[in-house]
Amino acid sequence: MSSRERILGRVRRALADVEQDDMPYEQAVSRDYLRVHGDRGVEQTVELLAENLADYRAIVHRCTTADLAATLAGMLAARGSRTVVVPPGLDPEWLSAAEAELVLDRAESTPYELDRVDSVVTACAVAVAETGTIVLDGSPDQGRRRITLVPDHHICVVRVPEQVVASVPQSLERLDPTRPLTWISGPSATSDIELDRVEGVHGPRTLEVVLVTA
Amino acid sequence: MSGTFVGMPVFPPPAHPAFPKAAHEAVHNQTLRGNLRHATHTIRGKREKAVAEMSDWAELREAGKQIKDHTLRHLDRYLVQVEESVTAAGGIVHWAADADEANRIVARLVKETGEPEVVKVKSMATQEIGLNEALEAEGIHAYETDLAELIVQLGKDRPSHILVPAIHRNRGEIRDIFAREMSEWGRPAPEGLTDTPAELAEAARLHLREKFLRAKVGISGANFMVAETGTLVVVESEGNGRMCLTLPETLISVVGIEKIVPTWRDLEVFLQTLPRSSTAERMNPYTSMWTGTTDQDGPQTFHLVLLDNGRTDTLADEVGRQALRCIRCSACLNVCPVYERAGGHAYGSVYPGPIGAILSPQLRGTASEIDASLPYASSLCGACYEVCPVAIDIPEVLVHLRERVVEGGPVTREGNKVILKPAKGHAAERAAMRAARWAFASPRALRAGQRLASRTRRFHPRTLPGPGSAWSATRDLPPVPAEPFRDWWQRTQGGKGDKGAAK
Repeated sequence: MSSRERILGRVRRALADVEQDDMPYEQAVSRDYLRVHGDRGVEQTVELLAENLADYRAIVHRCTTADLAATLAGMLAARGSRTVVVPPGLDPEWLSAAEAELVLDRAESTPYELDRVDSVVTACAVAVAETGTIVLDGSPDQGRRRITLVPDHHICVVRVPEQVVASVPQSLERLDPTRPLTWISGPSATSDIELDRVEGVHGPRTLEVVLVTA
Repeated sequence: MSGTFVGMPVFPPPAHPAFPKAAHEAVHNQTLRGNLRHATHTIRGKREKAVAEMSDWAELREAGKQIKDHTLRHLDRYLVQVEESVTAAGGIVHWAADADEANRIVARLVKETGEPEVVKVKSMATQEIGLNEALEAEGIHAYETDLAELIVQLGKDRPSHILVPAIHRNRGEIRDIFAREMSEWGRPAPEGLTDTPAELAEAARLHLREKFLRAKVGISGANFMVAETGTLVVVESEGNGRMCLTLPETLISVVGIEKIVPTWRDLEVFLQTLPRSSTAERMNPYTSMWTGTTDQDGPQTFHLVLLDNGRTDTLADEVGRQALRCIRCSACLNVCPVYERAGGHAYGSVYPGPIGAILSPQLRGTASEIDASLPYASSLCGACYEVCPVAIDIPEVLVHLRERVVEGGPVTREGNKVILKPAKGHAAERAAMRAARWAFASPRALRAGQRLASRTRRFHPRTLPGPGSAWSATRDLPPVPAEPFRDWWQRTQGGKGDKGAAK
């Protein structure tokens, strides 16, 4: 007997005492919890996102589409970034004013090459206000997961208000589970020393989020 | 490079002293108690605040419980569904009935890649099966990359907490371990390393980076597996998880069969309750979700090892099966007065604290001294149940397991029904209970006994003799009234004609 059959057989025998249950799953769980916490307008939801991002030590900037290129160029210059990796589908306008050398992510580039890059600029799939989270889904304007991981400085552009949702339940509705997803809430951190939060371990130690309005 | 990682005892454990003996040593260790008190009290207050932000916490908790109960009720169906969806997404699914089989599968998969080393994301399942030791025996080095796991691995130590395995170490001890051991495993600690947490984190970043960049094989567990989509979820903080899940060419995930949730939507419950319960954050810094493999992004080979190792035996126990709802948040450890004083090592398992006290004796059975003693490693205060985000009634299971240890009875081991013999060492308890049953069943004997007790009450000792002294050393014996209640009732017609107590 294969282990598969053995385990499935054990499960069935273990449940022999349980009453037959034909209730469809949709009815088996009472979802009396809230879809959203609190009653906020669009502007307040964006405000909450900014607050919660900052609370977990992300640096938040706000600008309009017209100022985006200048804002990004300024952020990269302020950091002293000489090289910045960009996902293949990033709007070329965004970094048109940047002085840093743009490094296109190639399939064959190694982690070592990425490790020498100063910064990365991406878009995002959705941002969650209640938790201060941005979610990347590997779309062409966000790129492979590794490019937002190895460089020490990540700039993520969120189009507001259309990419902002209030809550975790709302964000899952917008996401496609077949894509590789990365949920990011502030820079890399740890609670492993005396259960106290410290920012800055393996992921980017600086996370900057640009909330851009049309 | 040293290959002497001392991990956790493999299930079933080698002889580990019973809980009271192990705890006895721990409570006299002042440093340990100070470290634990500091850490658990810090997190307790924070968790309360994070939970209070959610007005619908009770409903989320109930939904989490129902999702898990439903999944366990139909586990066979969902296991098959997970297998189908992971396979359809490009993953390869393996089934492991026990620790040995899981270790053999993983060792074979690593050997097939030809790589001599692997990087690991913190995973309870791989600790439970003693994977690092099994790989070491096959000549494969496994590097732990979670900061606390690194501290434990470098310190040749054992984990003592589910979330923060090095909770028993303070910053000074961590500094010393890094300064002393890092050079033996790779990049040495920076010169003049101090004990500020930020510097310690930086030292870990530098030490592990070279290992991440060259890694070809990653090993992980998972917090959740979604049956309908085949999606696996890893919740973490540091980014070491992301490194292990995306940089290697091959990813092997060892996941307990109870980690399934039926639908994508179910994650909306646990992504809200897990971070707040474990690190008291609105959301943990990083959560990775992957479904099979993705072209040109992340590992191109993905293996999922579905692990039983006592879980189906636990499922067979109608009271105890609720332990399988556990999402490993560790909130129950942080509030437990016993854990705070005894520390995690006394529990003799990778699962310490209240959840460990009900999980280990079920996964491993109660044959060993430590496992038979674990159901007693509790004051039954109920704080663990209060904070549990999936409402596991830990005190109920503890009492149930105590009964099983004392009385014996039918249990399931490795899928077979066996009759457990009553444990030794509980003869006095059983005799006392038998005597009580007899007395309560015969009114005459009960009355005679009560009257005798009342008349002789001034001669009663204030502490119990023999083994009972352990109980009465810290408790007052209940005083015996001057007159049994029933005598008083008869004499006074229910208090109407009360002329004072009997002399």
